[in-house]
Amino acid sequence: MSEFQPFTITGHALEPAPLVAYAQTPGDGAVVTFTGVARNHFGGRSTAFLVYEAYAEMAVPVLAQIAEEARARWPIGRVAVHHRVGQLAIGETAVIIVVAAPHRHEAFEAAEFIMDRIKAIAPIWKQEHWADGEAEWKE
Amino acid sequence: MITVHVRFFAGQRDIAGRAEQALSLAEPASVGELWAQLVAAYPRLAGYTGRMLYAVNQEFAQLATPLKDGDEVAFIPPVSGGR
Repeated sequence: MSEFQPFTITGHALEPAPLVAYAQTPGDGAVVTFTGVARNHFGGRSTAFLVYEAYAEMAVPVLAQIAEEARARWPIGRVAVHHRVGQLAIGETAVIIVVAAPHRHEAFEAAEFIMDRIKAIAPIWKQEHWADGEAEWKE
Repeated sequence: MITVHVRFFAGQRDIAGRAEQALSLAEPASVGELWAQLVAAYPRLAGYTGRMLYAVNQEFAQLATPLKDGDEVAFIPPVSGGR
């Protein structure tokens, strides 16, 4: 098995367990997991499936940079972020963020902050494929 | 002249019809001058003007960032989908 990478972009299905196992250490009493899932609707319109694309060489270091931004704001422990790319069926996991901290408030707040920052600056794009056959990049 | 490598992603790749392109620029050249040249080549890219982040060699940059021979440049629209 290859060494666990806390920040990755992958075409494979995402599983939270390895991220949690990595993030959880004896000094941290809270481990928050956020899972972003491919949803079957957007703005009242039915979605058939999603396609995610990344500028992977840049996105991986940006995910690490965002974790450091969170660490500058809250006293948090380990952070792991895995993001999926390629075609995702409805119900599949697009992103998993795991944040450990001594106490839960910091872990929850940092996890939300990290997701917001991914949306704002990470070079990762989502294409909505609508049930009627049209497709559009959300950008 | 310098040659830079532009990476196109998502909607920009659809407009350009390609994932990457080598472009020659007169020196001195900046990210903003490269973007102007791209918009001239692909007018539909104009819709992205002013609402992007910029990357040179996989690091965030500015419109005024100078370019040198061999740089890799990407124009990154923020993801607006979802909340």
